[in-house]
Formats: sequence, structure tokens, C-alpha cells
Amino acid sequence: MPTIFVDGQELQVKEGANVLEACLSAGIDLPYFCWHPSMGSIGSCRQCAVVQYQNAEDTNGRIVMGCMTPVSEGARFSLNSGSGADQDIDNAVDEAADVTTVEASIDVPTKVPDKGREFRQAVIESLMLNHPHDCPVCAEGGECHLQDMTVMVGHRDRRYRGLKNTHRNQYLGPLISHEMNRCITCYRCERFYTDYAGGTDLSAQASHDHVYFGRHQDGVLESEFSGNLVEVCPTGVFTDKPLLKQYSRKWDLQSAPSICTGCAVGCNILPGERYGKLKRIHNRYNDEVNGYFLCDRGRFGSGYINSDERLNYAGVRDFNGEFSAIKGGEAIEIAARWMKTQEGAKNTQKIVGIGSPRASLEANYLLRELVGKEHFAAGFGDRESQVIHRIAAILKTTRAKNPSIKQMETADAVLILGEDVTHTAPRVALGLRQAVRNKAYELAKQAGLAVWQDAAVRNLAQDQRSPMIIVSATETRLDDIASQTVSLAPQEIALFGHAVARAIAGQPSDDAAVNEAAAALKNAQRPLVVSGSSMLHSAIVDSAAAVADALLADSTPTDSTPTDSSPTDSTPASCNSMLSFCLPECNSLGLALLSEEQETISRLLDRADQIDVLVILENNLSRRISEQQINKLTSSGIRIIALELLDNDLLASCDLVLSAASYAESEGTLVSSEGRAQRYYPVFPEAYERRASWQWLLDLAAASGHSELAELQHFDQITEACGASNDLFAPLAGVSPDHNFRSHGQKIPRQTHRASGRTAINADVSVHEPLRKLDPETPLSFSMEGLNRDQPASLTPFYWSPGWNSNQSLQKFQSEVNGPLRGGPVGQRLIEPQTNGISQSSDFTPLRIVQKGTWQLVPIYRVHGSDELSVRTAEVAELAGEAFIAISSELAAKLEVVDGDGVKINLVAAAGIDSFELSLSVKILTRVAPNCVAYSAGYSSTLALQPGALAQLSKDPDWQRATPQLIASDRSSHASAPQNNRPSPDTDIDKGRDRGEPPHV
Amino acid sequence: MEKVLTRNIGPEQTPTDLKAYEANGGYQGLRKALRELSPKDCQTVISDSNLRGRGGAGFPTGMKWSFVPMGDSCTPGHKYLVCNADEMEPGAFKDRLLMECDPHQLIEGMILAAYTIGADVSYVFIRGEYVVAIERLRGALAECYASGLLGENILGSGFSLEMHVHPSAGRYICGEETALINALEGKRANPRAKPPFPQVSGLWGRPTIVNNVETLCNIPHIIDRGADWYKTLGRGEDSGTKMFGVSGRVKNPGCWELPMGTPIREILEVYAGGMQDGLQLRGFLPGGGSTDFLVPEHLDLAMDYNVIGKAGSRMGTGTLIILDDQTCPVGMVLNLIRFFAHESCGFCTPCREGLPWTRQVLQDIEDGRGQLEDLETLAYQVKYIGAMGNTHCALAPGAMEPLQSALKYFRDDFDRHISGGCCPYESHKVHQHQHQQIGTGA
Repeated sequence: MPTIFVDGQELQVKEGANVLEACLSAGIDLPYFCWHPSMGSIGSCRQCAVVQYQNAEDTNGRIVMGCMTPVSEGARFSLNSGSGADQDIDNAVDEAADVTTVEASIDVPTKVPDKGREFRQAVIESLMLNHPHDCPVCAEGGECHLQDMTVMVGHRDRRYRGLKNTHRNQYLGPLISHEMNRCITCYRCERFYTDYAGGTDLSAQASHDHVYFGRHQDGVLESEFSGNLVEVCPTGVFTDKPLLKQYSRKWDLQSAPSICTGCAVGCNILPGERYGKLKRIHNRYNDEVNGYFLCDRGRFGSGYINSDERLNYAGVRDFNGEFSAIKGGEAIEIAARWMKTQEGAKNTQKIVGIGSPRASLEANYLLRELVGKEHFAAGFGDRESQVIHRIAAILKTTRAKNPSIKQMETADAVLILGEDVTHTAPRVALGLRQAVRNKAYELAKQAGLAVWQDAAVRNLAQDQRSPMIIVSATETRLDDIASQTVSLAPQEIALFGHAVARAIAGQPSDDAAVNEAAAALKNAQRPLVVSGSSMLHSAIVDSAAAVADALLADSTPTDSTPTDSSPTDSTPASCNSMLSFCLPECNSLGLALLSEEQETISRLLDRADQIDVLVILENNLSRRISEQQINKLTSSGIRIIALELLDNDLLASCDLVLSAASYAESEGTLVSSEGRAQRYYPVFPEAYERRASWQWLLDLAAASGHSELAELQHFDQITEACGASNDLFAPLAGVSPDHNFRSHGQKIPRQTHRASGRTAINADVSVHEPLRKLDPETPLSFSMEGLNRDQPASLTPFYWSPGWNSNQSLQKFQSEVNGPLRGGPVGQRLIEPQTNGISQSSDFTPLRIVQKGTWQLVPIYRVHGSDELSVRTAEVAELAGEAFIAISSELAAKLEVVDGDGVKINLVAAAGIDSFELSLSVKILTRVAPNCVAYSAGYSSTLALQPGALAQLSKDPDWQRATPQLIASDRSSHASAPQNNRPSPDTDIDKGRDRGEPPHV
Repeated sequence: MEKVLTRNIGPEQTPTDLKAYEANGGYQGLRKALRELSPKDCQTVISDSNLRGRGGAGFPTGMKWSFVPMGDSCTPGHKYLVCNADEMEPGAFKDRLLMECDPHQLIEGMILAAYTIGADVSYVFIRGEYVVAIERLRGALAECYASGLLGENILGSGFSLEMHVHPSAGRYICGEETALINALEGKRANPRAKPPFPQVSGLWGRPTIVNNVETLCNIPHIIDRGADWYKTLGRGEDSGTKMFGVSGRVKNPGCWELPMGTPIREILEVYAGGMQDGLQLRGFLPGGGSTDFLVPEHLDLAMDYNVIGKAGSRMGTGTLIILDDQTCPVGMVLNLIRFFAHESCGFCTPCREGLPWTRQVLQDIEDGRGQLEDLETLAYQVKYIGAMGNTHCALAPGAMEPLQSALKYFRDDFDRHISGGCCPYESHKVHQHQHQQIGTGA
């Protein structure tokens, strides 16, 4: 570790870092804008200027940019002292004694004006020339990096007398608001959107002091990661549009550490709440999982929590078939009566439960214990169950590493089998985009360039990327960075995978593409195979395991973690073979580990005549089983008790509905596709009669006289019991401290110390300060009292540090720039590679042969649209659009259809599939496997379509095209179309803005 | 004096075609090099000749070429030679003359340069407005391809080179070599951070040399006649000849090839014919719009890189812009700053924001709205935008050079603008303007 001197202070710094990183890692405040910890340096803003000195005697020094200057042994810099000499230690201590915060130490007067400091002031004054003074009405205000840096540098008085430049703003879709006048031209948005996330529709335009960041014309941003612009932008150019509609300042948001439930990746999030409404979601840094970025489903897909369709009260169906809302206690009594009666009759067969991959491990565990293991179905659909349990089995036995995203980013060759990762595990796809850059880093290393020299490394490598082979049924969003794409039907993808495995083992294939893929993986140091459940085809999953296995075959097993430094040994077949699976829901893997493959819903329903009470945990069965099965169930006379968040069709057939809390109002543990168990905490107390599912089930257990479960009092005890139930779950206890944990003797506050408005929220009703809600289940409090510091990282409710109000304050919580959090890792990995792994079978014979004149249906997934809950958010529903059938241009020509036309789909009857007809809108793809057509999976109108089914297609002559979407400006002109000559109340800009109703308690 | 670069150029001469060029000794340097000299020999000759880049920075050409990885030290792939023909420096028009009148001289220089560094692809990145030069270069290229001087296996030597003419979409910053490379790649013309230097990682990440037109035009003659001969051409410490130009209110503005080290007075009085009648010399920018003002006391200095450098300016492109005593220095500086502010690529803050701010202050002073503290602001701008290293590239420091020297030499003029509340040079115009308004009854 080199030693450098900053303002005379000796610092041990990380080899190869730049001066800015070194300073920030050492806790020294140096302002910056364009540098981003994970996007590196370009040197455009010039804000991190420091003075570099030749030696201790050099009194002049020269200005260099901190982010562009590598550290070297003995290098001397000054930020504020104006000298490269060693500081007078006594003096420094005296001065430092007066100041308690790092922020204040910046203002310590120095005898010599530091020219670096003067230059930084000049830069901020320049940046403020054209920046509007609209902080009071700006959504970024209070968490604005520009505000923080302006204060830090100390710019106050304006000398520029000219006019400010103005720009026209663009409509960028329902998620992102655009206010270009606030831009300080740091280029971060373009660098994230284009360079980092591979977007093509946002760029820097024009030049000089009129550089413009936007699209070529108004329109919805195409990237699945556009929401990160909100956090990447250091000021208020790109802001969270749904937040703007119901705005609250950061300091008034109540927040808690949480886990995204949008997919199985398990990104760490910080949801913010006010007035009982979830306002927005920010990224919560986890160096191993999501780093600094989220996908748009994760960031914007939780609006359903505020939906009018949320179930606020329990309800029971009366004799007329109508629901009436009842008190929670009453509902429990009714349920217990039903359940007890059965037990009284000594008929233990009669109560069964269906769990859910979108409910917490604890809730699933409780339900399983409540009904008994043999009466519990995991809640997967039949084929889903098969694939996901297969994946779980592979992960439990393989020698390959199931990598975190951070580890995936080190992969130097990637094989993707059957997944459009961007749509099934979006954050993983963003990681894979970085993995292909390893070639560039390798070239940079040869050229002696630091990897953080972002522009230089990109210019050096240009289009050279590490190999990525994508084998899929349809085009994927990663095709643009793939070295090779192969379009195959699902069963052929599996064959391809097995052939690659054999080729790696030394049996070349006749197919050149197979050999090419095998060679790329074999030559890699850290190959990665990505597959998943999206095709609902377990042979694909097996083939992926076979490839990972083959890569390990010749090497000695090791559990060493892949790191940034390439392995020193020169064996090409790597010891670091990685195998990752994309899974559909936030707790798919957790539920698979908790249950057995045969515990399927169908199997349970086969015994319908023996069932009296069915408890369904947060599971909309119409997405899991066929309509016939649903009908059979609802007409069977079984009493159905459903725990659910949002109203859905199935609930109409349930006898008792218990209003479940969402993830933002409850606690739970989820197991991500990496096998990482992570805890989420309630962000705000449950309103109405909503309760966490585990709470309902615990009450139910107590009321129905379940002796063992009745002993459980706290959530922590459920986790503990769950952990004790299975060796794999043993680490659960270490996921997060229990509810007795205190930091500095106090609970950890969910509110910032500035959240003084909280006490006045209900002042219009009563001037008495409302009693704050207690939280006996977690170490967090619904309060602003306490200290958000020094606690384990899994309990960090928000990022804030003195002088750092924006999300950039994160660096104060990191052990070093880009490093792990100071409070230790978040989550516990449940499954590690086995030293004596079981070899995966390489035998597979495809079953289905396509009949002439028919097409094989394959599912295609959408970030916005395929997920059950997020699509109940207005913005996401708008982006999801209508369900579609995706076909090749050849087929389109044959059917004489173009994009947006209707196609009639006739399902060919087969085993388990009835003949069926429906029409869908057409989307033409550039790449579709032969004999395949794809349908948008997870949309309510395509639930009847099964992957692998055969269909006949024809043009639907009666199809009505959807009306083209209006963009915002059109909408407003429609909305304000005068009905009469009086001014429309719609034009009142304050109307429709949520002015904050008191929470309904 | 012997004409070297302009031996085929004169008021009565027509532009040369291949035949005319070869008839006057053209492509002899190339033939000699391909026959007798290794790339290393060529690089040594150019280094020995002490040729310095004619684009403005004056970097030794041989040394620049020596940074290109050769042989085994270079990873397999293309290497590129790029001719910077994006002549946009205010006051400069020398490259245009060379390209329009003798395109083959440039092409021969480029082939030799490419041979020396082992480049297999070359580009002429030319200012889009130079339509005549583009047309003539393309014609000359066609002749070369037809006669085996370009393409595969040039003159049977085994050396192959492709050459393309690429007209610029038009930004001043494309004259900065790394911005030029970005533009050539189809990207925004923002300069790149250095290191890495283009010699190692340039166009499409490959080793690339970017040379000015005039620099390349010197190459055939040096190769043909040797470094020693070339060194004798200069009158002072620098070798060779140089295209000098004069613009402004002189009797005979123009462009001439003269020996390096020719005194400024000789260029101004002998070749440009001195000031127009009734005008006095106030000062001059010795090397184009981004160089510091010099004043009459510097007239006897030799036009050599180091001599002009010691006097506090730069020789730049060697094209002088003359300021006379009836033209407002503040207005002249404003005009230049306006140009540079507009041509800033917008990448780094001091240039993007600082130049428009400077422009605003100068505009206020010029329009009579100046305030006393404005001079402090200008000095502040010079200090923080003008220092090399404070900005991403050399555009802003160059832009501040006329201002910084104007504040030194013409401080009185700034003071008179501020104290008088108007531009003293245009007071009669202001009166005229008011008179017209009254006259029209508006």
C-alpha cells in the first residue's frame, strides 16, 4: 500500500487508486461531480482539483484533477493547506479539537490560500452560472449533491451578470421527469445510460454551454435501468416522476432497509414513506449484489402498495355470496372455528395450505407447520415446480459457484442458455454488461492504464469484448454485446448446452457454434453459465449444470472466490466455474429449499374431496394452475381462506380473506437466486386491518390450538424455528440482529433527525403529538430518535452524513470506495459449492416434435408486464402495454401482418392442454428460433398459454388496433380541451397533487 | 531564397497534377525511401532534421513518430496516419494554399509518414468548407491509386497504404488531435484525456499519428535531400522554411513561404507591405487567434518557436493578425472570445462556463456597461481558465492568451471603456446611429 501525503497528513492508500478515491476512502471530503465510484473517471467537471507537489520543499505545486491522478508512493498533495510540507502536528491537533465534523474541518482557516481550493471555488461558481435558483421547488432539494458540494466549497456570492441559458424539457415517459435547465453537464447520465447500461436513446447533444442531455425527440426512455438516472444525476435534471406526483422531501421520508420483491435477484432497496404512502424507492448499496443500481421494476414497481385495490380489512363471505369487512380478531375466530371443527372430528387430512414464492420464508414456514408438511403445497405451478426444484437440487450438489453479481462481473466468458436476462433478472443483466468489459480491462492492463480511466479504457478497447454466447428462443436485450447468438427452440437449447458440455470434455460437435462456445468457455479463467426457469424446461437447466460441471472436470475443486486479480496459475480450464440461475420470484429459491418437488398444487387438488379448509398464502392461483383446475377447486365446497395484498379474481371464490401487509409494512426473510437470505423490515406501520402474513398465521395457529406454534411470540422466533428446521437454513439466525439489538443503547431511527414535520402531521385534527407506533419486532423505531451509525449494515435505514445529504453520503458508510459496507455484509449465503459435487446427467432426448403447420409457443418476458404485482402500478401498467405475440419477419410476411396487427392463435389440444383460441397483437422480432412464436408471459390475457404448446396461426381480420399512446403534451391538451369557456379546474397545478391526508388508523 | 513547399505554387501557376508534380521532382523522396531507407532510417532523418510540428504546438515530429510501437512491440492490427487538415485557427489559411495548389506534395508526405510508422490506413481529416481542396485531393488520390502510388504493394515495395479524404462536419475543436480522432470515429468531437497518447492508443484504440498539413508537406523534401540540407534553410535556431501569413489592415495581406527565423518586421514590412496609410501598428497576434499579443517593440524578433516563446507568446501557426490603432482591442478580444466560447466542446467546466462568462464581461465593457471590478473578474478568469492542466485540453488556455496579453498591453483601453461608459473607438458610430434614429422619426 503506497503512502501519500494530503495536507501534510500521511495516508496509507490502496494501490492503483486515484487521489479522489484515496481521499474519500480516508474520510477526507473532496468535492466531485463527474466521477462515479462504479463508472470511473473522465475528468470533465474539474471539481476534484488538488495541488500536487514534487516534494516537501516544493512550495508551488501544480493543479491536478484528483480523479485523474493515480496515487504513487510518497506523492504529496494539498486540498486546503496550500503547501506540500508536513503539517505542524501540534497546530493541526489544536485546530481539529475545535471541530467535530469532517465538514467543519474544511473551513479551518489556513495561512496560505490553497490554489486547489481556489480553483474548486471557481469551478463551482462556473457551474452555478446557469443553474436555476429553484431549489425550493426542485425535487432534488435536500438531497442534492450540487447543493452539498456548493456548501462544501463555500461559494456564496454571484458575480456573473448575464442571462442564464435555458433548455426545452422532454417527455421521457411515466417514470422520469426532465428539467434540463438544472443541468451542470457532468455527463454522468449519458455515461450511465449509454456506456454502463447499454442504452441507445439518451445522449449528449449540441456543444459549448448548450450541451443537452436527452433523446432525439420526446418519448419513453427505452432502457430498463432508466430510473438510475435519478440517483446518478447530481442535481435535479432527472427526477422520480411518480414521486413528484406525491412529493416529499428526503428528510421527511420514513425508510427502512428492505429487499426488492420484483424478481429473485434480491436487490437491496430503501423504500421511503410519508403519510402512509410509499413515496419512492432508492438503491441500498450492497457491494456483492446490486451495488449502486436497480432496475426500473424494482424502483418503480411498488406503486401497487398505495393502490386502491389493496385489501384493507379482512372479509368473510355471507350466504348471499357477498363479502363483508370484519375485524381481524373476528376473522381469526371464524377461521379457527372452521379449522377446529375439523380437528375435533379427528380428521387431520382436511386442512391444507398453499404457500407462495412471493411470501417470506417465515410465512411459508408457519403455514407449512400449521397444516403439516404432508398437507402443504409450495405454491408453484406444476412445471415451475419441476424446474425450480431441479435448480435447487443442482445448486445443492454442484461444485460450481453460484455467484453474486459482483462475482459475475469478473466473468471473462459467459454462456446464456434460454434466458433474456434483462427481462428475467434485470440487475444480473446489468452485471453481465460489465462482465464483457473484462477484455477491455485486460487490454488496459497491458497498456498500463488504470481501470478507472473510463474514457481511455473504452477508447482503447472499442468493440472488443469478452465472449458472451447467447442461446435463446428469441432475441434478447443483451444481443448487442454478444459475441455469438443462436436461436433455438427450448428443447434444442438443452441439446446445445449438452453438446457444449461434451465439447468441453473433448468430444467436438458437428456444429461449429457449439465448438466455438466451448472453446470460449474453456479458454476463460472465470467462465460463467447463466440459465434459469423462464422456459419452464428442466432439461435446459440440466444442460447448464452439465456445462459448468464439464468446465470443472479437469481442475481441482476449490472454493476460492473469483476476484478482480486474475489467477496466477495458467491452467486455462478454470477452477472458478460459475453457474447462475434466473428465477421468477423473490422467494422462489427459498420456497424450493423449504418444500419438496412433489408438493405441487395439482397433487393437493387431486385429493380435493378429502379437503375441508384450504389456506392460500399470498398466491393468485390463476397464475399457477389452469382455469379448469380453478373451477374444480371453487366448485368443490372447500372452504378457502386466502391471505392477500391486492384484490384479484380468485378472491371472489374465497370464503375468508385476510388482508396481508406488503413487504413495505412487514418483516421477512427472502432467499435470492444467489442463495442469499436477506431480511426486509417494515418501512411504515400497517394501516387499517392489514397484518403481516406471519402475524395472521401465528394468530391462526394460536386460535386453532396449535400447540407448538402457539409458543412462538416474536417474528425472530419464527426465523429461529425455521432455521432449526433444516440444515440449509442454519445461517438464517445470522442474517440480521434480533429485535433486542440496540445501537448506542437506542433503537435505530427510521426517520432523519430533520423529520420534524412528523410531529405536526395531524395538527389539523389534533394539536397533540400522536403517539408513535411501537415496533416490538425489530431493532428499528418509527421515530427520529437514535443514531443511524455503527449498526450492522443490514439495519441501515437511510444514508446521511453531515454535509452529505444526497445519496453520495453512501461513501461514509462504506469501508472504502466501492468496498463493503462498514457494518459488515448484508445477507447470508445458504448454499456454497460442494467439494464433492455430483456430476450432472448429460442425457437428454427432446420429446416434442413440431407438426407441420403449427408453431411452438415459447414465453417471452417483460420487465414491465410479466410480474404479477408490479404491473398493478399505474406507471408500470402504462409501460407494459398490451399482451402480444412475437413472430419473425418471415412469418409476418407469410401471415400478411405488420406490427400491431392481430393474430389468431389456435392451441392444438394435447396432454394437459385443451384446444383454445385467442387473438393477440403482433410484435415482429429480428431473431426467433425456427418453428417458434413467442407470447408475452405473465400478462393476464396470456395466462392460458403454455410454453411448449403447439398453435396454428392466422391473421385476425376483426382485430382492432390499439390507439397510439399519447405523449404528455398531447394528453394535457386533451385534458384541457375546453368543455365550456370557464377556466378548467384541471389547469390548477396543485390539483391532483397529494397534499397529504393523515394516515388512516 | 529557395522555395521548397511552394515550388509548384505561384500566382501564375496552375495546381499541379501527378504529371506536373513528378516533372518537378515529385515522388522522388518516396521512391528513394522505398528503395533505400528502412522506416527506422526515415524516422532518424526526420529527427535529425529538427522538423517541428507546424500545427501550432511545435512538437518535434521525429520524436512524435518515435513513440509509435514498431515491430514486435506492437500488437497485431492496423496503425493509422491522420493528416490534420481541419484548418480553423482564426487568421490561418496556409494549409489551404498547400492543399489546393499542390495536393500531391501532401500525399507524398503522408505516404512517407505512413511508411515510417508502419501505418496501413491514412486519412486526410479536412475542414468541410475547403471544397476546392477536397475536390483536388480526391482527384490526386485517384491519380495515385491509378499509378500504383497508393493501394496494395506501392511501387512494388511491398508496402501498402489506403488513403481516404474525410471532410469534417465542422468544429474548431477537431483541430485538437484527440478530438479529431473522436470525430473520425463518429463520436462527439471531445478531446480525450492523455495519457494514453494517440501514438499508442488513438484511432479505434490503435497507434495513430496526427500531423498537420504543412508538417507532412516538408517530409518528401527532407527525405529526398537530407536533414543537413533542411537545417541550412532556417535563418535562426529552427530549421526549414515556414508558411507565414499576415491578415489585418496591412497593404498586402497574404501568405508566403519564408525561412524559419525571418524577423517579424521583414514579414510585415517587406512582404505584407506595411500598415495601410494613416494607420499605426498597435500590436499583433504572431501565430493566430489563440496566441498572446506582441507589440511594436517585438518587431525585430525572429519567427522561431523559442524566440517568440521567450517574448511571452507562441509562434502557433505562424499567421500574424495585425491590430491597428483605429481598431478597438477590447472589441478584437471580444470577437475572439466569442469564437472560442462558441467552439468549446462543452466537456470541461472551466472552458464551457468560463469562456461564456468572459464573453459576457467583455461584451458589457465593450457596450459601455462595464464596471471597475470587471477587470478583476477578467484577471480571475485568465488565472483559472488560462492555466494549462486546469482544463481538459488546450482550447481554453489558448483562448485566454489574447485576453491576458491585452490586459497587459492595452489596459488603458479597458479603463477608457469602463470610465467613459462606451467604446471610445466607436463613439462616432454611436452618434451616427442615434442621428439616424432621430432622422427617421422612429
